[in-house]
Amino acid sequence: MRIALFATCIVDAMYPATARAAVKILERLGHEVVFPSGQACCGQMHVNSGYLQEAVPVVANHVAAFDTDDYDVAVAPSGSCVASVKHQHPTVARSCGDKALEARATAVGAKTYELSELLVDVLGVTDAAAQLGSFFPHRVTYHPSCHGMRLLRLGDRQAQLLRSVKGIDLADLPEADQCCGFGGTFSMKNADVSSAMLEDKTANIAATGATLCTGGDASCLMHIGGGLSRQGSAVTTLHLAEILASTAEEPASVTGEVRVSTGKAAR
Amino acid sequence: MSTFLGMPSLPVYGTGNLFASESFPTAAHRELGNAQLRANLGHATHTIRDKRLKMVAELPDWEQLRDAGSAIKESVMARLPELLEQFEENFTARGGVIHWARDADEANAIVAGLVRDTGETEVVKVKSMATQEIGLNEYLEEQGITAFETDLAELIVQLDHDKPSHILVPAIHKNRTEIRDIFLREMPGADPQLTDDPAVLAMAARAHLRRKFLSAKVAVSGANFALADSGTLAVVESEGNGRMCLTLPETLITVMGVEKLLPTWQDLEVFMQLLPRSSTGERMNPYTSLWTGVTEGDGPQNMHLVLLDNGRSAALADEMGRSALHCIRCSACMNVCPVYERTGGHAYGSTYPGPIGAILSPLMTGIQAEENNSLPYASSLCGACYDACPVKINIPDILVHLRSVDVDSKRGKKKLPSQMDAGMKAASWALSSGKRLGLIEKGLPLGRLVAGPDQKITKLPGIAAGWTQSRDIPAPPQESFRSWWAKEHRKPDTSSAPEPSHEKKDQP
Ligand code: SF4
Repeated sequence: MRIALFATCIVDAMYPATARAAVKILERLGHEVVFPSGQACCGQMHVNSGYLQEAVPVVANHVAAFDTDDYDVAVAPSGSCVASVKHQHPTVARSCGDKALEARATAVGAKTYELSELLVDVLGVTDAAAQLGSFFPHRVTYHPSCHGMRLLRLGDRQAQLLRSVKGIDLADLPEADQCCGFGGTFSMKNADVSSAMLEDKTANIAATGATLCTGGDASCLMHIGGGLSRQGSAVTTLHLAEILASTAEEPASVTGEVRVSTGKAAR
Repeated sequence: MSTFLGMPSLPVYGTGNLFASESFPTAAHRELGNAQLRANLGHATHTIRDKRLKMVAELPDWEQLRDAGSAIKESVMARLPELLEQFEENFTARGGVIHWARDADEANAIVAGLVRDTGETEVVKVKSMATQEIGLNEYLEEQGITAFETDLAELIVQLDHDKPSHILVPAIHKNRTEIRDIFLREMPGADPQLTDDPAVLAMAARAHLRRKFLSAKVAVSGANFALADSGTLAVVESEGNGRMCLTLPETLITVMGVEKLLPTWQDLEVFMQLLPRSSTGERMNPYTSLWTGVTEGDGPQNMHLVLLDNGRSAALADEMGRSALHCIRCSACMNVCPVYERTGGHAYGSTYPGPIGAILSPLMTGIQAEENNSLPYASSLCGACYDACPVKINIPDILVHLRSVDVDSKRGKKKLPSQMDAGMKAASWALSSGKRLGLIEKGLPLGRLVAGPDQKITKLPGIAAGWTQSRDIPAPPQESFRSWWAKEHRKPDTSSAPEPSHEKKDQP
């Protein structure tokens, strides 16, 4: 299969290792990965902040980059951005009265998948250790991000994949379904409430005794990791693509570039 | 003496207790500092949450019930004028009197006038959101009429001269020791030996209320539902105080928002399954009272219904937001809301707190009103409310819609763009082209310099300071994925290919 990678702007600019991991996983399964070079961002930040007018060119750019027959399916390592591509893009196009853009956005959305969704539903991955060689000997806890859980209904796809990684010690996160408090510009506009939500999330993470918190959305992980770093915790965050791509020969770097510093305890 | 005003021809915005007096972040900041409040709220919301989930899981057709509830409400909104007239006809034919109120002031004046006509100066009240919305108790007080709340939690809040913080559990922010102290201080004839045992507290309230029930000549209630095909009103409650108020007095005055209508008796079966499970986490609530007009020699002999608009027409006029009127005030959305759980209801200012309040209040008052424009931003858009709502109101989508109404309403009106405006404009430019984003990403190593030897950024200026108040930002990577990919795949067809443009569809 020819798979187009939508890296998402935050992974592209801040967490390139996550996108490289996604490429590795897909290539290991024998698929060809392409990277439509016109891509930039899904525009969710603009839509969710009320700047619909400013979201239009961002959405149009995404649709232009992905409205080609050059690939079979598109994939992004983010539940939130995929939900935006699927649900928000047609709405944004409609809001500016562009029927053609709406139709193209709907078509692009229909062949765009979140990573775990693609792996499980389309590529038939049920055992990451056997099919991808995934090996990750660490105690890990997992935060299922809201948009993957409630907008895409990913269910336990991500957790199942993680559970099937060899060597992993997956600790259940108490109150896992509670929002981490990121919420895009909510984290700045309502910084106090966002921080209060984050505090509870990091306390629950600490209670698991895990050294790492993983998840499917880099933005939530940046928020959680940033909080852990500020609190001086030794716990870091890592996108699940990197755990799945990790093998015995080529282990994922858990303290490599762009992890928020491992905190005082680790230094 | 019915004051028929007709449905207003133009949407009129709501008045009364629908306004925040300060912005949500400011109010939230203060409420978050109250540790007792946070502990009480956390405990109470989690308990109700678990009960609700258990009750909902029992019904195999829960999702179909939600669909049915949503569809019925949608049809009601589509034919509201017709159903209201049908209801009026039936209610009037059975001896009731209908009054139409455009806003809070009109409704208050009508109720006060009706009480005055009876010659009474005291009324007993059944817990009602509509009368809180219009500030009826305070208005009656000014007119020399005392209103006694008879719901236990409302009574506590009233005795403490406080404001309810939750639509179903108005005293959710108080614990039992606080309640005991309020009773000792404010309840006439309270036993000085009163303990904080919940049963003892309930008995004290019961004795106090019983005296009121037996002497009251006038009651004021709200209504959960009104059935257009028979002119019937319904009140759903837990304590039995409502039943007392609805049956003992001579005069019953009900105040109800126009959106509470259901077309037929049969529709009630859907809502009687949805409401108790969603609100108190019970299969069935203890008391459901239904009344259809006046019955000679039995119950109140004078029945009045004040049909309240107060901004509902304005909400109905908003195509994207109108489903907020489907709300049956079960409070499930606030019980599951991570924001409400931490700030409590007072932070929302209006009578309607939590996720539904964050959309309903600005819809009813107009987004331009006072500080209500900060309410749609009081959400991380986690979607827990939408999942819990028994009538499937897509609260997150309406929040986003109202944010864009807010942003658009300010376009061109500001002398200087806000930091957010400027940032969004710049980001729109940068993020609408792969080439531009790629160029900007060339500056990533610069960010590494800013981050310094710690490889993290701990302080940012302006609106971004909100982020660094509790979170660090990692130092950016040496190079973006895009740049790495281009190097790895340096083939003429990908690296030098022109990027897709918007005009692509016109190309052969
Ligand atoms: S919006 Fe839905 S969940 Fe919230 S109170 Fe209304 S009916 Fe209940």
